[in-house]
Amino acid sequence: MFQDYAYVGFFCLIGVIFVLFVFFLSRLVRPHHPTPDKLESYECGELPVGSAWVQYNVRYYLYALIFVIFDVEIVFLFPWAVVYRSLGFFAFLEMIIFLAILIFGLIYVWKKGALKWV
Amino acid sequence: MLTGVSEAVYYILAAIIIGSGVMVVSMKNIFHSALFLVLCFFGVAGIYILLSAEFIAAVQVLIYVGAITILMIFAIMLTARLYSAQIKQSNEQVVPGLIIVSALLVITIFALSKTTWKLSSQAPETQTVAEIGKLLMTTYVLPFEIVSVVLLSALIGAIVIARRD
Repeated sequence: MFQDYAYVGFFCLIGVIFVLFVFFLSRLVRPHHPTPDKLESYECGELPVGSAWVQYNVRYYLYALIFVIFDVEIVFLFPWAVVYRSLGFFAFLEMIIFLAILIFGLIYVWKKGALKWV
Repeated sequence: MLTGVSEAVYYILAAIIIGSGVMVVSMKNIFHSALFLVLCFFGVAGIYILLSAEFIAAVQVLIYVGAITILMIFAIMLTARLYSAQIKQSNEQVVPGLIIVSALLVITIFALSKTTWKLSSQAPETQTVAEIGKLLMTTYVLPFEIVSVVLLSALIGAIVIARRD
C-alpha cells in the first residue's frame, strides 16, 4: 500500500520542484527594468479599475455553507459504494433513507429561496 | 513500528505540518495564513496515510482542504476590514499564548512519557474503505442515519442564521 502512496508523494514532489524550477529559471533569463507602467496589474490591456482586493458579496457564503454540508454527505457515499453490491438491498435502502433526509434539507433550502441569486 | 523510509516520511510530514502551522500564526496577511493552513491540512492527511487510514486521509483532503478552507477564505474575502491588504494582522497576546502553549507542551510530554503504548498484534487493514462501509451499513447503521439528521439540522441552521427573514 505504501508503494502506491510513494507515487503520490513523488508526484507532489515533482509538482513543487517544477514550479520552483520554472520560477528560478525565469528569474535567471528575464530582463529586470521595472517602470510604473510595467508594474500595473494586467487587465487585458485595459486600465485597471480599483484594487484587485475587493470585498465579495455575502451571498457566496451561503453557497459555501451548503457546499460543505453536501461535501460531508458525499464522504459517506464512498464507503457505501464500495460495499453495497455485497450487502444487497438493505444497504441500498439505508442509503436511500440517508439521502432522503438530506434531500428534504435541499428542498427546504430551495423553497426558502436560498438558491436564488437576487 | 516506523522503520526506515516511513520514519523519514514521518519527519518530513511533521516538518511540513509544524512549519506551515507556524506560518499560519505568523503571516502578516491573513489570506496567506489561510493558504498555509491548506498545506498544514495536507501534511496531516499524509500522516493519516502513514497510519494506514486511507479513508480518513481522503476525508481530510475532501472536507478540510476542500470545504473548510473554502469557508475560511470566503469569510476572509467577505470581510472588508480583514481582506484589505493594508491591515496587517499582528499577535497582541504573545505572552498568554506562550504560557498556554508551554503548559500544553509539558502536559503532552508528561502524558506521552507516562503512557505505556500497547502494540496490536493484528495486521493493519488493507481494504479500509470497504471495511468502514461494511461497518456503517451493518453494526453502525443507526449512527449513520443520525449523521444525516445532524447534517440536515446543520443545513437548516445555516440557512436560518444566514437569512434572517
